[in-house]
Amino acid sequence: MLAFVLRRLASAVPTLFIVVTISFFLMRFAPGGPFNLERPLPPATMENIMRTYQLDQPLWRQYVTYISNAVQGDFGPSYIYKDNTVAELIGKGLPYSMELGFFALLLALVGGVTLGTIAALRQNSVLDFSIMSLATVGTTIPNFVVGPVLTLIFAIVFSLLPAGGWGDGSFRYLLLPMIALALPQLAVFARLTRGSMIEALHADHIRTARAYGLPPRIVVITHAMRGALLPVVSYLAPCAAALMTGSAVVETIFTIPGIGRYFVLGALNRDYTLVMGTVVLIAIFVIVFNLVVDLIYGLLDPRVRHD
Amino acid sequence: MTGTQENILSIRDLKVDFSTPDGTVNAVKGIGFDIKAGETLAVVGESGSGKSQTMMGIMGLLAKNGTVTGSAKYRGKELVGLPKSELNKVRGAKITMIFQEPMTSLDPLYTIGRQIAEPILYHRGGSRAQARARVLELLELVGIPDPARRIDSYPHELSGGQRQRVMIAMALANEPDVLIADEPTTALDVTIQAQILKLLRSLQERFGMAIVLITHDLGIVRHFAERVVVMRRGEVVEQGTTEQIFESPTSSYTRMLIDAEPHGRKAPPADDAPIILEGRGVVVDFDIGKGFLSKGPRTFRAVNGVTVKLQEGQTIGVVGESGSGKSTLGRALLRLLPSDGAYRFGKQDISRHDRRQMRSLRKEMQLVFQDPYGSLSPRQTVGEVITEGLLVHEPGLSKGDRDRRAIAALQEVGLDPAARNRYPHEFSGGQRQRIAIARAMILKPRVVILDEPTSALDRSVQGQVIDLLRKLQADHNLSYVFISHDLSVVKAISDYVIVMKNGEIVEQGETDAIFEAPKADYTKALIGAAFSV
Repeated sequence: MLAFVLRRLASAVPTLFIVVTISFFLMRFAPGGPFNLERPLPPATMENIMRTYQLDQPLWRQYVTYISNAVQGDFGPSYIYKDNTVAELIGKGLPYSMELGFFALLLALVGGVTLGTIAALRQNSVLDFSIMSLATVGTTIPNFVVGPVLTLIFAIVFSLLPAGGWGDGSFRYLLLPMIALALPQLAVFARLTRGSMIEALHADHIRTARAYGLPPRIVVITHAMRGALLPVVSYLAPCAAALMTGSAVVETIFTIPGIGRYFVLGALNRDYTLVMGTVVLIAIFVIVFNLVVDLIYGLLDPRVRHD
Repeated sequence: MTGTQENILSIRDLKVDFSTPDGTVNAVKGIGFDIKAGETLAVVGESGSGKSQTMMGIMGLLAKNGTVTGSAKYRGKELVGLPKSELNKVRGAKITMIFQEPMTSLDPLYTIGRQIAEPILYHRGGSRAQARARVLELLELVGIPDPARRIDSYPHELSGGQRQRVMIAMALANEPDVLIADEPTTALDVTIQAQILKLLRSLQERFGMAIVLITHDLGIVRHFAERVVVMRRGEVVEQGTTEQIFESPTSSYTRMLIDAEPHGRKAPPADDAPIILEGRGVVVDFDIGKGFLSKGPRTFRAVNGVTVKLQEGQTIGVVGESGSGKSTLGRALLRLLPSDGAYRFGKQDISRHDRRQMRSLRKEMQLVFQDPYGSLSPRQTVGEVITEGLLVHEPGLSKGDRDRRAIAALQEVGLDPAARNRYPHEFSGGQRQRIAIARAMILKPRVVILDEPTSALDRSVQGQVIDLLRKLQADHNLSYVFISHDLSVVKAISDYVIVMKNGEIVEQGETDAIFEAPKADYTKALIGAAFSV
């Protein structure tokens, strides 16, 4: 298994390199630049700035410089948050985003799998239809609607929970943004679970378990659910990466000091280094979570065990 | 073993209905029969006769839209309508089942040891260690080699025959009174079939349980069962001792089933008939395993240096068990997959032909597949399916010409020409196989490779398809390569037989020589297993 992990980590290097290369050139080919403001700067000032940030050099040289710095862990200074390096910005915001994302993931997973399983066991019943309608609502209503509605109900009308901010970091502050962030993913998990659970319940080996008089608890949980969770586990990787690297919308609505907004603000302002830093971070998350998920998969399914 | 007179399971007026969007389907229409302690009862019928659904109904295993009514009494205890929790005390303990699909009947995610132990723990209690000891004993009993090691294997690490043995171990675990075996050998190779049936018989002699054998295979019934219940369309047509049923069947349906086993032989081609298709030293390798940063590609040799010479008007039967390379050989002869060797079609050397060059010959060399359900597109009408090849090979034909060819082809395979406006799902398995044959025949080929064309069909339908193939061959001087694991069918249609194992020819020769005086042990085993189960 160690060999498998090492091989996968080794193959992550070229992947990251390709991601960095593509996003580097994509950013540079986007029109405008970090210092093109609405009121143009005087040419002399502009030239000065360009020299300071080495933006006057040929593109290939900038690329080489970026790569060699990045390899050493230096992702450069941010162009819009002028007093901070990219690493500092991400380092400061990431813990908030990760904590929020982790709890949202937990809620989405537990809630989604539970609801999906109930729906599958009561297939085509009223309960099934209600759960699936809710799931459809969950996926179709964007979180910039869900967020403010939650705030309105729980913070403003009933004054039960804070409307935003991180406060002392207690769970009360986390609850609303966590729900807003989790809801669409919860719906996806519920759908996935229902589908694969229905399939699993029709498998031949479930018929065997029933034919041997095993109680429903063992048939459903031990035999059907474990197999049914495999596709759910596969979805865990992209979902975890997406949730834990911050959401611009949710973090803005609930004024959470995470990193979600950096990607959007960075892209809009052509803050090349900030966007690149965020891209690398997300890519690393995706790679790591995919590896973790593959290992979990191996634990669940002996047919794909990595030994 | 002869049963005592005690009825252990009595079925009376049993009905199984399924509610479907098209209305209620009566799968079993009020049938009754008894199972006596310790006897072997065969329930025989073709697909759709309701033989499996009868047992599924009694065991509470019907699909969600199915309902069972009537009566099935186990030792006087009514099973129909029993609450699940009560039924669970009987099934898996007193009445157990093994199924047709050994590959999928076990949970792929748990070791076989754990799965056999589950019903023991649930019905008998006791510790996990006790259950494990019992499982080892059972694995030994059903002939799993090296049980101490195999007990921690996962199902995918076992062969089909071994998995069926594991199912049998599970079925015996609680010493049942009745073992229901639902087509237990249908998915297995012939030599394995014989072993499994022998095992069941010896276990029955030792433990004395009754066996209910659900099957469509009369060969098995004749050698294995003491009494027979014949079912058709949800009703019992006839029941009696095996001897009565085979010697003096009272119903015409039973007689038809018995007579349906393929008969007759084909007239051989002239000795000097020219060779139409030849493959010399055919070798096919498949890549297995590859990947980033792993060692170079590994290959598996599916066919290893086989030579086949097919004469005009000749049928070569290629026989072997699954994994023997017989289907791969068929595809290699048609140049449908990358392979080494020297190939000739008629007088042409086609060894170096690329795809484009082969395309002009495709019309002459056709392929008919095993699965008449999967090989016809459900979205095309039958007419579209069978004329598709004409669009490629005879693009000059008008729509009317194509339609006339379709009518002729359908008539030739014994179907109503009106069929061309309907869709494949409206036809039975046998009719679909006729459609697949029409699709090949419409191009007027000279060579047809038939890959298990009758394996998915009921016996009575098999015979008709074989008759059709023989007629078409005589009418058009066709040459066949007939690939099958079913020796009785091969015997009825082939002039020459090739026996394959692990990608190599074990034995070959004239059909009579192979069947009357087989030389290789493997051939003897195959024939022994097929004709004297």
